[in-house]
Amino acid sequence: MALTCIRKISGKIVPVPGANMDTDRIIPARFLKCITFDELAGRMFYDERFEANGVSKGHPIDAPQYAGATIIIGGENFGCGSSREHAPQAILRSGIRAIIAESFAEIFFGNSSGTGLPCVCASANDLAEIRRQITQRPETMWTLDLETMQLSNGEKIYPLHMPEEPRKAFLQGRWDSVAELLEHKDAVQEKAGLLPCPHAVR
Amino acid sequence: MRRTLYQKVWDAHTVRNLPDGRTQLFIATHYVHEVTSPQAFAMLRELGLPVLHPERTFATVDHIIPTDNQDEPFADARAQAMLDALRNNCKQFGIRFFDLPGGQQGIVHMVGPELGISQPGMTIACGDSHTATHGAMGAVAMGIGSTQVRDVLATQSLAMSPLKVRRVRVEGHLGRGVSAKDVALHIIGRLGAQGGLGYAYEFAGSAICSMGMDGRLTLCNMAIEGGARCGYVNPDATTFEYLCGRPFAPTGAEWDAAVRRWSSFSSDEDAAYDDEISFDAADIEPTVTWGISPDMSIGISEVVPNPDEELDAQKRAAMRAALEYMQLQPGESLKGKSIDVVFIGSCTNGRISDFRSVAPLLKGRHVVPGIRALAVPGSQETARQCEEEGIAGIFREAGFEWRLPGCSMCLAMNPDRLEGTQLCASTSNRNFKGRQGSPIGRTLLMSPAMAAAAAVSGKVSDPREIFNNL
Repeated sequence: MALTCIRKISGKIVPVPGANMDTDRIIPARFLKCITFDELAGRMFYDERFEANGVSKGHPIDAPQYAGATIIIGGENFGCGSSREHAPQAILRSGIRAIIAESFAEIFFGNSSGTGLPCVCASANDLAEIRRQITQRPETMWTLDLETMQLSNGEKIYPLHMPEEPRKAFLQGRWDSVAELLEHKDAVQEKAGLLPCPHAVR
Repeated sequence: MRRTLYQKVWDAHTVRNLPDGRTQLFIATHYVHEVTSPQAFAMLRELGLPVLHPERTFATVDHIIPTDNQDEPFADARAQAMLDALRNNCKQFGIRFFDLPGGQQGIVHMVGPELGISQPGMTIACGDSHTATHGAMGAVAMGIGSTQVRDVLATQSLAMSPLKVRRVRVEGHLGRGVSAKDVALHIIGRLGAQGGLGYAYEFAGSAICSMGMDGRLTLCNMAIEGGARCGYVNPDATTFEYLCGRPFAPTGAEWDAAVRRWSSFSSDEDAAYDDEISFDAADIEPTVTWGISPDMSIGISEVVPNPDEELDAQKRAAMRAALEYMQLQPGESLKGKSIDVVFIGSCTNGRISDFRSVAPLLKGRHVVPGIRALAVPGSQETARQCEEEGIAGIFREAGFEWRLPGCSMCLAMNPDRLEGTQLCASTSNRNFKGRQGSPIGRTLLMSPAMAAAAAVSGKVSDPREIFNNL
């Protein structure tokens, strides 16, 4: 299973304000009634962006100055809540290629890593500065480099953080784990023989 | 070094170390439901892979099913399509499906423990964050995404890094009217919705040990709301007694061997923890949320906090946004707030003990006119028990809509939804914006007793003041 290496993401940064940005806000449950992820394109943060009658709330995602952004800047505990992979899938399928935040919820981080959407952390101070900059100059093109773990706007460089395992997986194109998990089937079968399997006794 | 249950289970299920540093972890038991599995089965087909161990995956349908009328086809064609997809996938890949007509259907986190499938010392995974629930059985149980569901189906394993372990002790006796739900909300309120990031929570201490299994399941269910992907309780006599005689639990000589094996997974007395925190059970009162994150909670005697007193700018902003959404003022009491809807159910509080505890409170009382009150047993098994014990009848007589098993009003994937800015006294697990179906609906998380008090008084109430027999 050949995969793409993910090293650099370039583009505009769009702010998604708020701490504890939960998965219900990222993709409301009513959009989960689908048997493929294809229908999720353009649905990300739907109720954050639109009133019940479809009128735009003026969220930055829909502001012309951020059009075409490829990076989201979020707050603390981004992606908390449900394990629905629909959340990173909706973000990916809406054109976003990376997320920067103070911290990420565990399951969201894993889901994003497994689907090729890097989630990187920066310090609260740096994030505040980046938010100020993109408010003043939304058209700025940024480069997020997973090799150097830096975010740059050509003038200033901000350090980024991410656990080593997913970082390597992105760089080496091994972020989809299924190929590796399939490799040592014998070892899996050996475990299966040792560990009891619940079965109906009555 | 002496080990925690988490480490023992992790070690026992480690297949090998992967080149990137993660562990290939064997998954002993896997559950699937209709919302997060169809994409995984589609990926499997695309790769041309079979399900490696179909006997270790169990399926049920819960999120999308209506709870008033489950005759097929459902009024909602998309819901029907999701059920049909799961049926076809289970049939094609040879997976056991607890389907609607079988009598064992229910919310996936109810069904696993109830049937005795979730057992101590196991790794358990499901494409659902509330999989943490099964940790109450003394298991390492975690929610996963659909791509990982595919991984488990294809390889019965996951690529994972271990979590740190925080022991969360609750010592002493819980006061009158204080239940596992209040303990969960109290802990999350103190440690924060992000407090458990990177951790598994081991719930311990005398208050936890004296809790029944249903209470432990409620507590572990909410671990994820505190940011902890796993929550667990060490298996003990209460666990074994609960499992004994359940359809998937071992019997005879196998039972004795299983109990010995299960016991060996308990954390060693001198196990090393990455962090420890202790709570006094006496400090916990009936607790209710006031905001849009489960950590925004107060004891019923407290008032809504003032954002101006919060030093952290981001938290201050979040508090202001929450108060605006909830239409609440700093310094006001929630007690006395008129509510529109009451929901007793969900994988948090849809268990037999929840209904057993509320039924005597409702006897001879009635839901205030104008309030919509829903009681939704979490599984067909629980629904049957409630009928047999006369519990369902008491709820009906009190003016509750007694509905069919499913996730119901916990999330907006079936017809049970809030409308407009309705305020809901809910025993579910999330008070996120729009969670209960109306993008502007408002949720107050609370225990079943407090929800019952809200139903019969029409207001947010201290259940200790409403019910003498609590």
